Amino acid sequence: MLKPDSRQLDVTSRSGTLVAVTDGKMPLRAKVATSVSKTAAALSRAAGRGDGSVIGGWIGLKIDPELLTHLAAGRAIALVSGTNGKTTTTRLAAAGLGVLGPVATNSFGANMPTGHTSALAKAGATPFAVLEVDEHYLARVIDETNPRVVALLNLSRDQLDRAKEVAMMAQMWRTALAGHPDVAVVANADDPMVVWAAQGASHITWFSAGQRWLDDSFVCPESGHPIERANGDWWCAGCPLRRPTAQWRVEDDGVVDPRGDWHLVKLQLPGTVNIGNAATALAVAAEFGVRPIEALPRLSTVASIAGRYAQVDRDGRNIRLLLAKNPASWLEAFDMAEQSPTLLSINARDPDGFDTSWLYDVDFSPLHDRPVLITGDRAYDLAVRLEVNGIAFRHVLSFEEAIRSVPMGRLEVIANYTAFQDIRAELDRVN
Amino acid sequence: MSEALRIVWIYPDLLSTYGDRGNLLILGRRAAIRGIPVETYSVRSDQPMPSTADIYLIGGGEDGPQALAAQRLINDGGLHRAVNQGAAVLAICAGYQLFGHSFFAKGAKCPGLGLLDLHSDRGETRAVGEIRGDIDPRLGLPPLSGFENHGGRTHLGPDVAPLARVTAGIGNDGQTEGAWHGKILGTYSHGPALARNPAIADLLLRWAIGADSLSPVDDTWADRLRAERLAAAGA
Repeated sequence: MLKPDSRQLDVTSRSGTLVAVTDGKMPLRAKVATSVSKTAAALSRAAGRGDGSVIGGWIGLKIDPELLTHLAAGRAIALVSGTNGKTTTTRLAAAGLGVLGPVATNSFGANMPTGHTSALAKAGATPFAVLEVDEHYLARVIDETNPRVVALLNLSRDQLDRAKEVAMMAQMWRTALAGHPDVAVVANADDPMVVWAAQGASHITWFSAGQRWLDDSFVCPESGHPIERANGDWWCAGCPLRRPTAQWRVEDDGVVDPRGDWHLVKLQLPGTVNIGNAATALAVAAEFGVRPIEALPRLSTVASIAGRYAQVDRDGRNIRLLLAKNPASWLEAFDMAEQSPTLLSINARDPDGFDTSWLYDVDFSPLHDRPVLITGDRAYDLAVRLEVNGIAFRHVLSFEEAIRSVPMGRLEVIANYTAFQDIRAELDRVN
Repeated sequence: MSEALRIVWIYPDLLSTYGDRGNLLILGRRAAIRGIPVETYSVRSDQPMPSTADIYLIGGGEDGPQALAAQRLINDGGLHRAVNQGAAVLAICAGYQLFGHSFFAKGAKCPGLGLLDLHSDRGETRAVGEIRGDIDPRLGLPPLSGFENHGGRTHLGPDVAPLARVTAGIGNDGQTEGAWHGKILGTYSHGPALARNPAIADLLLRWAIGADSLSPVDDTWADRLRAERLAAAGA
């Protein structure tokens, strides 16, 4: 069970020795790899080829395949994984941990081992790191970084033409955590797949951030029986798996901590979803001894994350960018969006997954009361989907055309991954 | 017609991994445009399967739910009665496999419904990507367009015809795609297959109401989507 005070002492006493350990014991090969990695990242940024967070780590790992392990050694690391919310939660948790000092993090959403390597290579002697981890890589990154905390947010369908199916992913997590009983797990009590995956851990803190998307957890991963739900609770009809009591939960516009104290959460990020992400971040920070009252002012400084939620003024329009990559996150985006003209942009390139079937898992009817524009590589898929949904729309061929097509005021932009990056590029890679 | 057309979506709690709901929505919309009253039923796996509906839809899913769905449908018997009474069926991906005599799930051979003369096993590779095929000319439909994502290979018996000859993608075995028998259509074109194939939606509606033709629908967007995807599959 959670004991913030004793853990705080633990961190403080350990962190005093971490600096020396990280630098002093790194093998020569790892030092060279780190240096080259940082140089490559800087070159990539200077050349305008990206933010350098992938290429640097890629080169570093070529020189020293164990570079991530070497860079992680001696640090107190939190990993954040799940289908949705991991970039935002990572950013919020890193902000919260900032109470303790500088925190290394892969804040550009580069969430595979190359990105982790880059983040730690440029982190210097920082003893703390919060790393977002692609759910497919969680087992490997746990092995290589020996984290103090792993936060498990949710599991739902995402890019199914190449992603592991949800039940297989939960099994991979479960196996990985069972092999590392010393890791403190912070896990979402509302998602049956996450609860089942986390069960093997010996130190678990449960949080409740709600589960808007239920379609991937109708069947118990343990017994195959139906999952029953009522009033926010859930249980398996045929085995003992059921919702654990959450130590951290969202209540109104705040978070209740394990002691029962309610804290107002003031964020610049929209939507109740982000209150849930804040609850998770606070639970992670507490594992490092940071109290909510210390962390919350820092959480409220986060304005946008790699363009997500960013607002840009152009030609009299206030453009707000919302990223939605899968059915669950579209529901969240609709929750955040204002009733204003809305541009939807869909691609199906490699990072998005080539399959657009998920469009039919999203109910677009919340958009019926506002002008809708569509664009992107796969605008025709979206057009047919909206027609079936009874949503009127207009197809535009470019982002510029979209801006010209709406009156002065707010333009909400909801886009999937590469479509989002395309629009972000048009807005000078806004962060 | 005086009575509403009844469409059942079979076990969305088990078999709805890939936007399968779309087929129910598309059939409902295309019927409504023709002035055909429609009632849709989503029948969960813990409910009895009605045997008196006109069209049954069954979708894709993971191994565990697929095996569970087959077992429940066999025990229930309602779907068998419906098919014997001439109901139309669109069976997709995992739902298509379980209409056969047997299929593989979680490494084990599982009994299917035996409503299509075929059986499925595991391929050496997973078939993922655009699929295109020329549909059996007796059905009088334009080419099939879809996205497939399955690890199975399906072997047709003498009592079914292939739905299509593959011109891009894998389908059953790289040669044929899907199956057709009576008013049952099976396909690996997964998820909302009818979005790209409105002619198949209309075929199911025609079978269900016993009409030779239906009034035309403005398919401008669906036609653009089809043209784009058929070209992409050939690339």
